[in-house]
Amino acid sequence: MFASFMINAWEAATVVAIVAGVVGFFTVLRGAAFAAHALPNGAFAGAAGAFLIGANAIVGLGVFSLAGAGMIAGLGRRARSDVATALTIVLMLALGDLFLSRTSEYAPEIFALLFGEVLGVSTSKLVPTVAIAAVCIVAVAVLYRPLMLSSVSPDVAEARGINPRVMDLAFLVVVALVTTMAVPVVGSLLIFSLLIGPAGAARSFTNRPPVAMGLSVLFALITVWVAIAVSYETNLPIGFFVGAISAFGYTVGRAWTAWRGRRPHGARDRATLADLAHQGTPNAAAESG
Amino acid sequence: MIVKTDPMASTGEPLLADGTSVGDPDTVLRVTDVTVSLGGRRVLDRVSFSVGAGGFCGLIGSNGAGKTTLLRVILGLIAPSSGRIEVAGGTRSRRNPQIGYVPQKIALDADMPLRARDLVGLGLDGHRFGLSRPTATRRIAVDEILDAVGATEFAEARVGNLSGGEQQRVMIAQALISRPKLLLLDEPLANLDIRSAAEVVELLAGIAAEQRIAILLSAHDMNPLLPVMDRVVYLADGRAVSGTTDQVVRTDTLSRLYGHHVEVIHVQGRVLVVSGAEHQAHHDTDPSPRGP
Amino acid sequence: MLGAASWSPLFEPGFFSSEPVHVALAVGAIAAVVSGVVGVFTVIRGQSFAGHALSDIGTAGGSAAFLVGASTLYGFVAFNVVAAAVMELIGIRKPRGRDLATGIVLGASLGLAALFLYEGTISSSTTGATVNVLFGSIFTLPPGITTVMAALGVASVALIAVLYRPLLLSSVSYELAAARGVPVRLVGAGYLLALALAVSMSAVTIGAILSTALLIGPAAIALRLATRTGVAVFLAAGVGVFACWAGTLIAYDSTVWAGGNGWPVSFCIVAVIFILYFASGVVARLRADRRRATTGDQPATISPVEVA
Repeated sequence: MFASFMINAWEAATVVAIVAGVVGFFTVLRGAAFAAHALPNGAFAGAAGAFLIGANAIVGLGVFSLAGAGMIAGLGRRARSDVATALTIVLMLALGDLFLSRTSEYAPEIFALLFGEVLGVSTSKLVPTVAIAAVCIVAVAVLYRPLMLSSVSPDVAEARGINPRVMDLAFLVVVALVTTMAVPVVGSLLIFSLLIGPAGAARSFTNRPPVAMGLSVLFALITVWVAIAVSYETNLPIGFFVGAISAFGYTVGRAWTAWRGRRPHGARDRATLADLAHQGTPNAAAESG
Repeated sequence: MIVKTDPMASTGEPLLADGTSVGDPDTVLRVTDVTVSLGGRRVLDRVSFSVGAGGFCGLIGSNGAGKTTLLRVILGLIAPSSGRIEVAGGTRSRRNPQIGYVPQKIALDADMPLRARDLVGLGLDGHRFGLSRPTATRRIAVDEILDAVGATEFAEARVGNLSGGEQQRVMIAQALISRPKLLLLDEPLANLDIRSAAEVVELLAGIAAEQRIAILLSAHDMNPLLPVMDRVVYLADGRAVSGTTDQVVRTDTLSRLYGHHVEVIHVQGRVLVVSGAEHQAHHDTDPSPRGP
Repeated sequence: MLGAASWSPLFEPGFFSSEPVHVALAVGAIAAVVSGVVGVFTVIRGQSFAGHALSDIGTAGGSAAFLVGASTLYGFVAFNVVAAAVMELIGIRKPRGRDLATGIVLGASLGLAALFLYEGTISSSTTGATVNVLFGSIFTLPPGITTVMAALGVASVALIAVLYRPLLLSSVSYELAAARGVPVRLVGAGYLLALALAVSMSAVTIGAILSTALLIGPAAIALRLATRTGVAVFLAAGVGVFACWAGTLIAYDSTVWAGGNGWPVSFCIVAVIFILYFASGVVARLRADRRRATTGDQPATISPVEVA
C-alpha cells in the first residue's frame, strides 16, 4: 500500500482533504451543497472541451468551473440560488455532451473525472495541486470574517458595507479553485462528498466555528485515508467508500445531536402561532403582507 | 396649538432664515423630507422626524407601510429620491459605525456551529478581512455587552437553539458591541410571545437611558412600546406623522394621515386603531390644517 | 398538410416520416408535460437540488438493475422512491439543512453507482454503459417504453392534481398550512413521491441532463411570466413541449449542416430553454417598465403634517 506510486496518492489525497475540510466548513454553513455538486460535475465539461481542442484538461477544468461560479452568482441575482445552480449545471453538462459528440475518439479518462477513479498523481502534478490548495486556504483565511458575518447575519453584514452578492461570488470562486485542484486528483464525486460530508458531521460535535473547521479537516482526512486503505485492500472503487463514510459520519452526527437534546440549557420554547395573535393591529390599513 | 408643516419644527427649535435649525446637539438622527420611489410607487413621501440621544422612538405602521424601507434608507442601503439623512452630525454612509442594526429576519439555524458569544464577536469586527485575534480585550468587550443585555447565562449555547427572545438579545448585543449612537431595530417584537416582548422592550429602554443611545424601533403594534416610547413616527402608505404619543395617536391626526376616518380607542391602557365607516373624510386643500 | 415548399428550409427531409423521431417527439412531450407540472412546485418549494439529485440517484438504481440484468427503469424508480422516502424521513425543513441531507444521499448513491458500474464493467466491459445511464439517448429508445413512461407520468401528475391545493398552500407557507390543519408532512411526502416518479421517467428516457433541464427550466420561465400557479403549470408544460420539439428538430437538422452525428439532442433542447429563459427575463423587465410608465409616480393626496 505504501509503494512509491501510492505515496503520491496519499499526499495528494491528504492535500485535497485538508482543503475540502476548510472550504467545506463554509459550504455547509452557507447551505451550498448544490453548488458543491454542480461545479465539479459541470467542470468536467470543460475538461472534455479542452480535450476537444487539444488543450490541457486542467485548464479546461479551471475555465469551466470559474465560469460556472460566475454563472451561478450571476443568475442568482434575479432567480433563487437553487434554480440558478440547476440551470448552470444543466448548461455545463449539455455543453459537455456537445463537446464529446464532436469527437469520435473515446476518452475514458474524461469519464473517470466524473466518478473519481483518478488517484495517484505524478510528482510534477503535485506541485500545482499544492499551490492552488495553498491559494484556496489563504483565500478562506482572508475572507473568514466577512464570510462568517454574511453567512450568519446577511442583513447586518449588508449594513456594515459587505455586499452579499460579492461574498457569494467570492465563495463560489474558491469552490471553483478547489474543483480545479481536486478533480484531477480525486474526481468530482469525491470532492463533492468531501466538501459536505465531513463538515456536515463536524458541526454536530462542537459549537465553536474554528473547532468546527478543525474537526471538518480531521474528518475529511480520516475519510480519505480509510477510503484509500480499504479500496486498496478490496480493489473496489474509492468513491463508494467515501460516499459511504460521509453518509455514516453525517448520520452519527445527527443521531448524537438528537440524543443530546437540542436545548441543554433549558431555554424557553419558541413563540407558538397562538402567541402571534397581537392586539391593537390597525385594521384600517389591512395587512398587505 | 398651531400645526406646522415645517419638518424642522419637530425639535422645537426656531428656524433660521436659510431653513436650517439651530440644531439640537443631542439630536442623533435627523430625517428630512425623505422621499423614496420604487417601481413607480412612492414608498416614502416626505418623511421627516428626528430622534435625540437616549430617546426611544417607535416607528409604527402596518405591513407595507414603508417601515423597512425607511430603516434601509437610514442605513444607507437605499438612496432616497430626495431628502436628507443626518446621523450624529454627519451624513449617513454605508459603513457608519455609529449605527447598530437588528434586522427583521434572523435565520439562525440550529445546525450552525456558532455560540452566542461568537455571533456577538462578529458584530465587533465581522466586517474586516482576515481572522480575529482572540485577545483578552476582545473577550472582555464581548463579556461586557453580553452582561448588559442579560445574555451571559447562555453565552456558550448554540445560537440556533436559543428561544426567540434570547436570540433577540444576542442580536441586540451584536449591534451594540461597536458602541453605536443610534440603534435601529426592524420589527424585533413580531415573533415574540408577550412576555419576551415586554422583556426586550424593558431591556432596550434601560439601554437607551443608561448609555444615552437613540433607539428607533419599528413595529406594527405599538402597545408593547407605550410605556417607554417618548416619540412616535406613524407611517401609513409612505406618509408620516411624528411627535409624542399623545400628539400622534389621536383620531383626528391619524384620520388625516390615512385619508379616511379611523378611530383611536383607549381600552384598559391599550390603544386600538380601528377603521370606522369608510366615508370620505373632508379633503383639506389647505396644506396647514388647523389643529386643536 | 405539411406544406413541403414553405416548411422545407426548417425541416430536413425525413423528419416527419422517421420512426425514431416520432418516438422522440412523443416521449419528449410526455416528459416535458410531467416535468413542467412537477417542476413548478419544485421551484416554488426550492427543491431544485432534490429534483436534480434524484436523476443521479436513480442512476445507481439503474446501474444495479443493469448489473443483475433487470429493467433499468424499474431499478431507477425503486431507488428514487427509496431515496425520496429517506429525504422525507430525515425531514429537515430549512432549505440549507435539507440540501445538505440531499447531498449526503446523493453522494452515497453516486458511490453505489460507482460500485455497480465497476462490477458491471468487470463482468461485461461495457464502458458505454456510463454514457447511457447518465445521458440517455432520445433517439435510441426501446419500443414499448412509451406505455410505461406514460403510466409513470400519469401517476405523477395525478398525485400533484390530488394534492394541488394543500400542496400549494404548504409550499408557500408551511406554518399557515399547518395551522389550517393541512397534513403538511403527508403532503410533502406525496410531492416527493411525484417528483421521484417524474424524474425517473424523464431521466431514463431522455437522460439526466434533460431531466433536470425540463424540470427546472420551463418552470422557472413560467413563474417569471405568470402570477397564478395554475397558469404557470400550463405554461411550464407548454414551454417544455416546445423546447423539446424545437430541440429535437434542431438536432435532426444538425446532422446535415453540423457534420458527423450532428449536435446531441440534449444540447439543442437545453439551448432552446436558455434562450427562452433569457427572453422571459427581458419580457418580465419590459412588463415592469411598462407598469411603471402607466401608473406613474403617484403623489400623496394629502400633505404630510407634523405636530409641533
